[in-house]
This record gives sequence, structure tokens and C-alpha cells, in this order.
Amino acid sequence: MEQLANLAPYVLILPLCMFLILGLFGKKMCPKVSGIVGTTVFGVVSVISYYIALQYFFSGEFQVGDTYQQVTLFNMEWLRMNQDLVISIGFLLDPLSAIMLIVISTVSLMVHIYSMGYMHGEGGFQRFYAILSLFSFAMLGLVVATNIFQMYIFWELVGVSSFLLISFYYFKHSAVRAAKKAFIVTRFADMFFLIGILILSYYTRTFDFDKLTFINEGHVDAVFNSDLRTMTFLGFPVISIAMFLIFLGGAGKSAMFPLHIWLPDAMEGPTPASALIHAATMVVAGVYLVARLFPIYSFETPHVLQMISYIGAFTSIFAAIIACAQTDIKRVLAFSTISQIAYMMVALGVSGYGGVNGLGYTASMWHLFTHAMFKALLFMAAGAIIHAVHSNEMDAMGNLRKKLPITHITFLIACLAIAGIPPFSGFFSKDEILVAAFETNKWVFAVEYFVAGLTAFYMFRLYYRIFWFGEPEEGYEHEPHEAPLNMTFPLMFLAAVTVITGISWAFGKVSFTELISSDFTSYEIHTHWNIALPSIGAGVIGILIATFLYLEKTGRPNKAVSYIKKPYLWAYNKFYIDEIYLFVTNNIIFQRICQPIAWFDRHIIDGFMNLLSWVTNKASQETKEVQSGYVQQYAWVFIMGVITITLLSIYL
Amino acid sequence: MNHEISLVVVMTLVLLADLIIGDKNKKICQIASIGLFLAHTIVCFQWSNSYSPTEAFSGMYLTSEIHMFVKNMLNIGTVLVFLYAYYWNTHENESHAGEFYFLTLSTLLGMYLMISSGNFLLFYIGLETASIPMATLVALNKKREESAEAAAKYILTAAFSSGVMIFGISMLYATCGTLYFDGVSESFSETPLTIMGLIFFIAGIGFKISLVPFHLWTADTYQGAPTSVTAYLSVISKGAAAFAFMCILMKAFSNYPDVWKEILWWIIVVTITVGNLFAIRQKNLKRFLAFSSISQAGYIMLGVIAGSDQGMASLVFYTLIYMFTNLAAFGIISSIEDQTGKVSMDDYDGLYDTNPKLAVVMMLAMFSLGGIPPFAGFFSKFFIFMAAAEQGEYLLVFLALLNTIISLYYYLLVVKAMFIKKSDNPIPTIKIDSMSKVGLIICTICILALGFISPLYTYISERSFGF
Repeated sequence: MEQLANLAPYVLILPLCMFLILGLFGKKMCPKVSGIVGTTVFGVVSVISYYIALQYFFSGEFQVGDTYQQVTLFNMEWLRMNQDLVISIGFLLDPLSAIMLIVISTVSLMVHIYSMGYMHGEGGFQRFYAILSLFSFAMLGLVVATNIFQMYIFWELVGVSSFLLISFYYFKHSAVRAAKKAFIVTRFADMFFLIGILILSYYTRTFDFDKLTFINEGHVDAVFNSDLRTMTFLGFPVISIAMFLIFLGGAGKSAMFPLHIWLPDAMEGPTPASALIHAATMVVAGVYLVARLFPIYSFETPHVLQMISYIGAFTSIFAAIIACAQTDIKRVLAFSTISQIAYMMVALGVSGYGGVNGLGYTASMWHLFTHAMFKALLFMAAGAIIHAVHSNEMDAMGNLRKKLPITHITFLIACLAIAGIPPFSGFFSKDEILVAAFETNKWVFAVEYFVAGLTAFYMFRLYYRIFWFGEPEEGYEHEPHEAPLNMTFPLMFLAAVTVITGISWAFGKVSFTELISSDFTSYEIHTHWNIALPSIGAGVIGILIATFLYLEKTGRPNKAVSYIKKPYLWAYNKFYIDEIYLFVTNNIIFQRICQPIAWFDRHIIDGFMNLLSWVTNKASQETKEVQSGYVQQYAWVFIMGVITITLLSIYL
Repeated sequence: MNHEISLVVVMTLVLLADLIIGDKNKKICQIASIGLFLAHTIVCFQWSNSYSPTEAFSGMYLTSEIHMFVKNMLNIGTVLVFLYAYYWNTHENESHAGEFYFLTLSTLLGMYLMISSGNFLLFYIGLETASIPMATLVALNKKREESAEAAAKYILTAAFSSGVMIFGISMLYATCGTLYFDGVSESFSETPLTIMGLIFFIAGIGFKISLVPFHLWTADTYQGAPTSVTAYLSVISKGAAAFAFMCILMKAFSNYPDVWKEILWWIIVVTITVGNLFAIRQKNLKRFLAFSSISQAGYIMLGVIAGSDQGMASLVFYTLIYMFTNLAAFGIISSIEDQTGKVSMDDYDGLYDTNPKLAVVMMLAMFSLGGIPPFAGFFSKFFIFMAAAEQGEYLLVFLALLNTIISLYYYLLVVKAMFIKKSDNPIPTIKIDSMSKVGLIICTICILALGFISPLYTYISERSFGF
């Protein structure tokens, strides 16, 4: 405990220092040095976080019986507003944050290594590493937050660093637009998050998670003892409104429908950044947020939780359908990410609290873990492919399996994992989500079951189009070749993680239910073959359809499209959601709402300000005579002041 | 008493050194003076760690942990002023350098006594000890007429205000029969005579803090005095007086807070506003900072009007941040003035092109004075507004906030001059002496970091509780 508390601050301090050093002095360093320094320091951070997480899980020191204890390794008071209201920066350790520590440090370290190859020779290499460090700092600070306000601070920092990474190629117009879009959309959602935080903590009188999630006799204590429970607003319970608003913040970061529009565009950023932020870490912040506040959702606002499961289910099928029609490989992966994160949301939505009821919670976190690994792998593999053929479009690829052997094998492993084929890790986590959904809500289960098949289809469509299908018509400009070791090593490492976690689960070596559960008490489950087998079936059917259509270059894809022309066009254009947004903002919000407000601002507000400054100026001019330079006059003012004050305070 | 005794020893040594070896080894003598005072500062820090509240002279002299903290703070500020003054003392003021150190330390001794007094008489003696050598310091620049004029104005106003003050004290004595703060607090009753005594007392100390309408000397004196002395006046002297003022109000007049809160309310509003209105028009940077310091004094008084433990903590914190920020600004101004003789705002046009580092430090200081996050000045303003708002002074906080907008305007004027305006005849690239450099670096680090080092505020507020 003591030892961990001493180590814990370094997890945050080291990346922050790296950001400052690389950001301020990066230009004076040789690019290679800055890359190596950044990676080495983050390696140290990773080792510390692994050590903390492993100590937490396996030393037994933090367990009482079967239950893991929540411990605060350190908590530093930052701003004390009054007796109750304090903003602190701290380090909360529980199974949830320990899992997140492992995920973030693993993926981030791999991205650090990978970027040395991928970003080699790019202008602004040092800047890239500086922002990566900032992002890692923000993300680690977010997951170890001891209070919801600290979480919010780091939440915004994550948003900023994401903005900086998307607009890394700031000379590209599209990148700048994408960065703006991502920032505005997530910021818009964060506004609701902040309102939610303020409502919740105003009534519960606390920001701290350990108080907010403390359960006493079937109720969350802080909520139960506040006015929040009985208050309503426009007929809705205020606590539900608050928790829904908080979820909206999470929905923005996690790209839930209809706030998902920023994520596909965010692919304009460098691929390693996409792998880190838009696949594995930042986008799961919303899932993490719901999981962190899960006791409140579960005990006090079950209907909000239900709503989350519906939103998640809709988003997952919606994004999966779009993914089937995209041709930019990074965009396929982006929509796949949206769909998979929605899967996690669904799992939380259908989960109960405690023991086997909390299966959905465990499954969600388990899927978060496995998905982070194989999705980062997919993105980095996509980066290696883009590196080789210099294009994002599927049409510029094909038949690459001999030319990029390592990328091919690792990509295939990741595709099998995401399609839910045993014994790869994705199968187990997905299966548990389906089991949890089956037991709570059959409709949601049906949707997710279909999405499982669809996922297999579009992932293998992607796989075949890249590695089989036949070479592009005009051939390759340069002969594609395998990426250097510093790019392929992360691929192999993450593929190994995907395989090993899957296999060790299959043989019962590691059980996720022992590590993380809704009440942090371990329980046992068995594979439900009655659900697992059909879900494998769905995956296999999806793969077979993809094989039939895309294994070789034939007219079959075009023929298939011609049967479903309209729906295909809709999916290809992402259901015109972007256009709807543009219409609403341009024609309704800007014209009907903003213009009158702008007029008011320009004439009334500015006019008032001008008046104010005119008065100030005039008053300043008029009174300058008082400062004459004559001491006798100073004394006069002095004594008149004393007399005036005396008279006023005695006679008034 | 350790602080005072140690300071007296240092003073004596400085004076003797100047007498005995001062004529031949001027530089050594100066470095020895700074070194001695530095040693005093460090030793005082050591004492503060293991010190319990004490009394001396049967309650005339009191000290507690927060007093120690403030005295240490004043020590640090004085060290910084010495660092800035080194260049001036080794060039222009070489013949009177010894006096500079001795007189500065005498005023510091006076401030120690003001802070720790438990009796109006000791307070008065402290105040005078702090004021009279100050007039000499202001006049130290003997080659300039302005300096003499400033000193004359200062000493005349000081004499006048201390006359008013001692008159007020005598009224309090007449009604209460005692001059001990505890005694006054017990026997205070709301009669016209006591209220008059209180107001006369406030006027006297208002002169020290330069509250409106007792502020008129400020601009002329700040402008005429040597820049290092101006820095000392605007930061150390003001901070000590503000802290002592709050101590006395809380000790001697705590039973009738409504009486002084109402007076103070108006004084604060007028002080902040008038300070700002005048600052807008200033072209001379020292005059400009004089008015800025008047309005800053108004903000400091927000902590006093809160009259709570938190008010005390935020006042000390505000003074600490203000000290570093203002000293950073004065460090720049005094370096440039010493080397080029320029102090007008127009001279600073295009400073960024010739002296980018100085311009950046000046910019940080201006941002911090204006209260822009994330610099330290934002946090100090935040805490002091918080303390006042907690006592229900919403209207006052609102007016103060409005005034920060005005103040931002003139602080940014300096930034605009340095960064945006171009000049045909800019200040040449100057090389700062190493002493000033050290001082500027310390100030810059503090401006950037103090807002985030939260244990500092916690430390202060723990010591302010139950004060």
C-alpha cells in the first residue's frame, strides 16, 4: 500500500513532464532522440502501472474475502471552496481503474513504439510525441480520478489533445475541419455532462466517487440522503435528468448516435493517433463513466440504464450497417468502433448489480479490454497497409497477403477476434454480452445477435478486399513492402495478447469475473453454449457471405449491390446524418436563432459596453484634476474624507 | 521575538560593516549585507517550523504561526528587492549603498512590530519605525529633484496621517480606558466618540495601504522614489500594513463588525474604482503601477471585510501572490530604467523584438495582476472573492469583478505596447545583471506555479483557523 502510494504519482507526473519537455524543447532535439526519450519514459510509466495493477489484483492485500476494496492511493486538495466543496486531484485504485490502467498503458506504449516507424520523417515529429504524452497524461488522470470533477478536468484535457492530434496535419483543410467538428461535437456533449455533474453534486454535497457510489441497504447513500430523490422537474425525477445528462457527456466522447458524427471524420489524424484515441482509449471514456457511476444508475435510475441499452443497441446496428458500405478502410474501422462501443454500452444497460446479475457489467469491461487490444491492432495494421500503398481506399489495395505477411496474419487474428470466433478473445467477451442481453431483454438480444453476424461480414469484407480479391487495375506504383520492425512489433504483441487472453480464458486459467464485477466481489460463470453456438454460427455465416463475395475479383459484389441499390446508397452516405446536421445548423439554428441573437449582441450588448467604456473614460478624464501635485490639497482631501466618513457613519 | 532579535543583529552588523570596511570594499560590503539578510531569512524559516504562540511585554507583543508566515513572506520579498537593487547600488547609488540596506531593514523591523503588536501603542511605534526611514529611502536618489519632492510629500502626508491616527487612538483610550486590543474589544461600545476614534485609526492605516481618499501621495512618491524603493513600498510595506490592519480589526473591533464593515465597504468600492480610473490615463509606468497598486489594495481589503478565517487565509495568499507578481513587474522596470533611463509606456513599444525574455516576463506579470487563469493572480483573486462572497458580500464582489474588467484593459495596454506596437526607437537589447536575473526567475516561477501548488494555500488556511 505504502509502496504503491509512493509510486502512483509518477504515473501522472512523468507523462506531464514529457509533454512539457518535448513541447517546449522538442524543436531543439533531433527527432529520433525525442521519439526514443518519449517512448522510454512512457515505458517506465507502463511498468509502474502494470506493477500497480498486478499488485492490486494478485497480492491479496486489497482483498477482503472475495471482495476487492476501493483504495485512495493519494488525494491532494487543490481548490477548497468551503467546508463541503473541495476539488482534489487524486488516485483511486479499484478493479475498474486497474483494468483501465493496463489497457491505456499497453495501447499507448504500443502506439509510442509504432509511431517511431510510422511518423518517421514527418514534419512535427516532436510535436506528435509531445501531444501523445499529453494525451496519455490526460487519459490516465481521467481513469484514476477520485472525484467527478477531477474526471471532468481530465475529460476536457483528453478532448483538447484529441483535437490537437486530429489537426496534426494542420495544413490540410479536411484535417482542420475534422478537428473542429470533433471538438465542437464532444464539447457540446460535455456541456450536458457539466450540468449533470453540477446537479448531482449540488444535492449530494460531494464530488467524491467513494461517497457517490457508497451503497447502503439497497440505495446509494449520498442520493438517498439528499432532496434529489423526491424532486421532479417537468414531471421527470431530477436524479434521472442529472444521470441522463451525465450519460450524454459520455455519449459524446463514446460516439453514440446521434453524437457519433465526429468519429469517422477524426480519421483525418495520423493513424497511430486514431489507434490510440479513436479506437482504444478516449472513445471508451463514456463507457468508463457509466461503469464508474454504475451503482447510481442501477439503484436510483434503472430506466435511464434501460434507455442507455436502447441507445446502445440502435447505435450498434446503425454503425454496423454503415460499415458494410464504406470504402475507406479507416472509416470502416471507425464505424466498427462505434458499433463495438455501443455493444459495451448495451452490456452496461442490461446489467444488474451484484453477483451473476452483474454479468453485463463484467462483460462490458471484458469487452472493453479485448476490443482495445484488437481494435488498436486493426488500426495499426491499417496504418501499415496505408504506409505500403499510400492510399486509404480499398480500390488501391488487393492481394497484399504475400507482400505484407506479418500484417496479414495479425490482421486476420484481429478479424477473427472481432467476428467472435473461438478461441480468440473477442468471442468470450462478446458471448457474455449476448448472454447478459438474453437474460434481460430479448429485443436487445435479437439486435445484438444480428450485429454480431454483420460485424463478421464487414470485417471480412475488409480483410478480403485488402489481402485477396486481386490487385488494383492500374497495379501498384511502388511495390508494397512490409513495414519495419518497430511497426510490426506492436502488431505481433497485440495479436499475441488477443490469442493468449482468449486461450487462457478457454482453459479457465484466468477468469475475468474474478477480477472485475459490479460489486467488486468475484463470482463464477460458465460458458452458455446454447447462446455461444448460435453466435458462432452468425459469425461464420457472415464470414461465408464475405468469402463468397470478395474472395476473388468477380462481378458478385456489384450484382449484390444492384439488388439493394437504395439501402446501399443510404448506408454509403451514412444515412445522411451529416447532411441533416448541416441543414439544422445552417437553416434553422444559424438563421432563425443565431442571427437575432447576433443582432442583439452587436447593438444592445456592445452598445452597453461602449457606453460603459465611454463613462469610464469620461470619469477618468474629469477626475484627474484631483491629483494636482499640491500636498496641501492632498491633506485637504484627506481630512475631508475623514470628516465625511465620520459624519456618515454617526448620523446614518 | 526571535525574528526581531535576529533582524536587529543583522542591522547592527550591516551598519558596522558599512562604517568599518564600507569605504574601501564597497562590493564586498554589499554582498555581505545581502548574505547576512539571506541568512536571517533562512534561519527564520527554521524557527517557524518549531515555534509555539508566545507573548512578551505582558501582552504588548504577540506572535502566532500565521504571524511567522507573514514575516517570512516579507523577508523573501525584501530579499528580492535587494537583488533588484544591487545593480543600482553598485552603480548610481554606490556612495549610499550602506544606508540603503540599513534603512530598509529598519522599516522591516517596524513592520515586524506592527504585525505582532497586541497594543495600540506598540503598533503606533512600529508604524512610525516603518514610515520615517522610508522617507529617507525615498529621498535616497540625491541627484534627482523628483526624489526629494517625493520624499517631502511622503513625510508630510505621513506626519499628517499619523497625527490623525494617534488622535483616534487617544479617543479610543478615552472611552475604553485601555490600549490593549483585548481590552478595547471588551469595553468597546457604539458611541460617537469610539466610532470617531475607529475612523481616525482607519484613516491612519489607510494612508499606509493607500486606500482612497488617503492615497493621493502614492503616485507622486512612487514616481519620484528610486525604483527599488518603489517596489518595496508597493509590496512589502503595503502587505504588512494590510495584514496588521486585519489583525487589529479582528482582535480589537470584532464585537462590532457592522460598524467597520460598512465603512470599509464604501472605501473598497471607491478605492478599486478610483485606482482603476486613474491607472487608465498613466503614461509613466511607475505611476501606472502606483494606481494599479491602489486598486489591488482594494482587492486585498475584500479579505478584511470578510472578517473570517478564510478571509485571513485569502488575504495572506493574495498578498503573497501580489508580492511576486508586482516584484516581477518592478524587476523589469528597474532593470530597464537603470540601464536606459526609460520608464514611459511609449518607450516599451516593440520591446518584444529587442528583449523577448523581458517582454514575456512582463506579460506574465500583467496577466497575473489582471487575474487571468492559469497564472497565480487568478487563484488569489478567486480565493479572496470566494471569502467575501461567503460572508454575503455579493454586491461588493460583483463591483470588484466589474472593476477587474477595467483593470484588464490597462494591464493589456502594456502587453499591447510590448508585443503589437512597433517603434522606430525601441529599447536596445540589454543585458540584465545576474542578481536581478535570479530575482526575475524566482518571480516567474512563482507566477506560473503558485496557483497549482495547493498545499501552500492549505498550509496558510490551516494556520489562519482559530486565529
